[in-house]
Amino acid sequence: MVELDKQKALAALRQMMLIRDFEETADKLCLRGKVPGGMHNSSGQEAVAVGVLSALQPDDVIATTHRSHHHTLAKGFSAKSVMAELFAKSTGVSGGRGGSMHLAGVERGHFGGNGIVGAGVGIAMGAALGIQQLKDKKVSVGFVGDGGMNTGRTWESINLATIWKLPLIIICDNNQYAVETFVGDVTGGGDLAKRASGFGLPSFNINGQDVEEVIKYTAQARERAISGGGPTFINALTYRYYGHNVGEKGLYRTQEEISEWRTSKDPIDLYTGVVLERKFATQAEIDHMRASVREEIEEAVTFAESSPEPSITTITQGVDSGKLGVQL
Amino acid sequence: MSTETRTKANTNPTYSEAFQSGVREEMTRNKGIFILGTDLVERGGHFAQVKGIAQEFGEDRVKDSPISEAAMVAAGMGAAMYGCHPIVDLNFIDFSFGAMDEIINQAAKIRFMFNKPVPLVIRATSGVALGGAHHCNSLEAFFAHTAGLSLAVPSTPMDVKGLIKTALRNEDPVIFLMHKKLSGIRGEIKGDDYFVPFGKAATIKTGKDAAIISYGYSVVTAAKAAAALELEGISVEVIDLRTLFPLDTDAINEAVKKFGRIVVVDEAPVFGSITAEIAATATEANFASLKGPIVRLGAARAPLSANPAMAEAAIPSVDLISAAVKKVMKY
Repeated sequence: MVELDKQKALAALRQMMLIRDFEETADKLCLRGKVPGGMHNSSGQEAVAVGVLSALQPDDVIATTHRSHHHTLAKGFSAKSVMAELFAKSTGVSGGRGGSMHLAGVERGHFGGNGIVGAGVGIAMGAALGIQQLKDKKVSVGFVGDGGMNTGRTWESINLATIWKLPLIIICDNNQYAVETFVGDVTGGGDLAKRASGFGLPSFNINGQDVEEVIKYTAQARERAISGGGPTFINALTYRYYGHNVGEKGLYRTQEEISEWRTSKDPIDLYTGVVLERKFATQAEIDHMRASVREEIEEAVTFAESSPEPSITTITQGVDSGKLGVQL
Repeated sequence: MSTETRTKANTNPTYSEAFQSGVREEMTRNKGIFILGTDLVERGGHFAQVKGIAQEFGEDRVKDSPISEAAMVAAGMGAAMYGCHPIVDLNFIDFSFGAMDEIINQAAKIRFMFNKPVPLVIRATSGVALGGAHHCNSLEAFFAHTAGLSLAVPSTPMDVKGLIKTALRNEDPVIFLMHKKLSGIRGEIKGDDYFVPFGKAATIKTGKDAAIISYGYSVVTAAKAAAALELEGISVEVIDLRTLFPLDTDAINEAVKKFGRIVVVDEAPVFGSITAEIAATATEANFASLKGPIVRLGAARAPLSANPAMAEAAIPSVDLISAAVKKVMKY
């Protein structure tokens, strides 16, 4: 088991709190029409994002899914710049061109959220190929949901990464529902790690509510990838507290099921308990942490609301370089 | 590969060897260029388009892939975002449908959404030959329709080399379509410093009376028609577009203004095609210069048949093009 030291443990806890507050705040703003196109709330899934990103180096690459606020914040992008992108403002991480589903910062190793299920794994796999071709010592992480585990492109990419021993980690951020479809109803064989292992790569089913367990498996996978051992598949079991999209009134799962995850398996509550037990912080310090997170999110909202819209005169700018027609 | 063969290839190479030549030169210059695709290392690709390159540059830079089109394009795209300049060889463009999300939704849009160039070449053969409905598609319109993609359709060894070198010196995703019936044709190529810019058409044959605007293998058919018409006293200019995006609208508009009699030819189904785009562009810009409607020739709205006579009948013949020119000459 990985046991984080005090500084790292408090940082991980704070990051999870930040994500939770960000999502619940954004959700309310979305219902008020502030987030064009809607958004996908990741509340409940914080330990997967924070665990994975805590085990990576800052210049490692990630590519992710339509539900990626948590991955992006855990990657180190500020709440301001992510909130502004949800508002599709010019100060957002993608300059307002991406929105909630297309958060990115390629120069900082964030190769993008994605509106197409499973597509992030392919992009991450390609980045891993780039890392291998240029002989860099980095890894690339592709996040995919349980829904993406039944699309062909995901498995094409896992196979290619395996045969070429690419420095790739595939993280199934498995919140158990593809929109309204329960993973158990649509997964032949039933066991995603077992399925992946058939492709010949180390594959694990892990507890995605335990941030230190996520860190442990990701760190091991990173070490394997860096040393030329190829990719790893990690299926992190987690749960989303809200609907697939904001405002959803789903009848596909019971309130009892949601309550059970919220009350007995919440990743922030669980890790707060760990932090208190290890005496890394007092309850008063935890309360202070929560208040400072609140303040940071309020600042992010103010920043996003007061940021300028991108100019509509730029709608065709940056589509291509415009240089192919220049005589060399 | 022996020195003797190399010398021969450089003086009068085939269309496929011209591709090899351009790629070799750019791979020598830029260590970030690599090729991935099926059956490339030993076989050199189905049209010998990369023959010998793995042996010369190593299997790190020519990578044999499983038949996984989505993963092949994703691999190239991600590596391009990371800092490489991959060439993804899809063999036949018909197979691109298995990677259409990666091409259209991802590679084409990343620069716009994320302000990050995707220097990627997707090479494939295209156009009508034998092989039936799944190896003969002309998908130019699909790609030309997509913002963010550029599209090369060379018809000569010289242009193959000049265009692939330009593509590999730039940072845009390029769909590079080589017509399978042109693979073995020979022609002169230029050296290391010769580049063909995108969006600049070439005049294959000058004329006085009318113009045929075309690209790919249709240029060959159009040139045959023009030669036959010359004997009948009709002087036809043949324009090879060479790239479809960017499209040389200046060359198209000049031809309209000069002749007022225009025939546009390709091998794709006419409905919703590049020929439609050319005719509309020319009509909008220079309606008054036209002596009559532009005539568009393309494929029948039907899948291509395996039967050789049926496949041949589906696309414009020399006779059909000649008849179309005679029609516009009557305006």
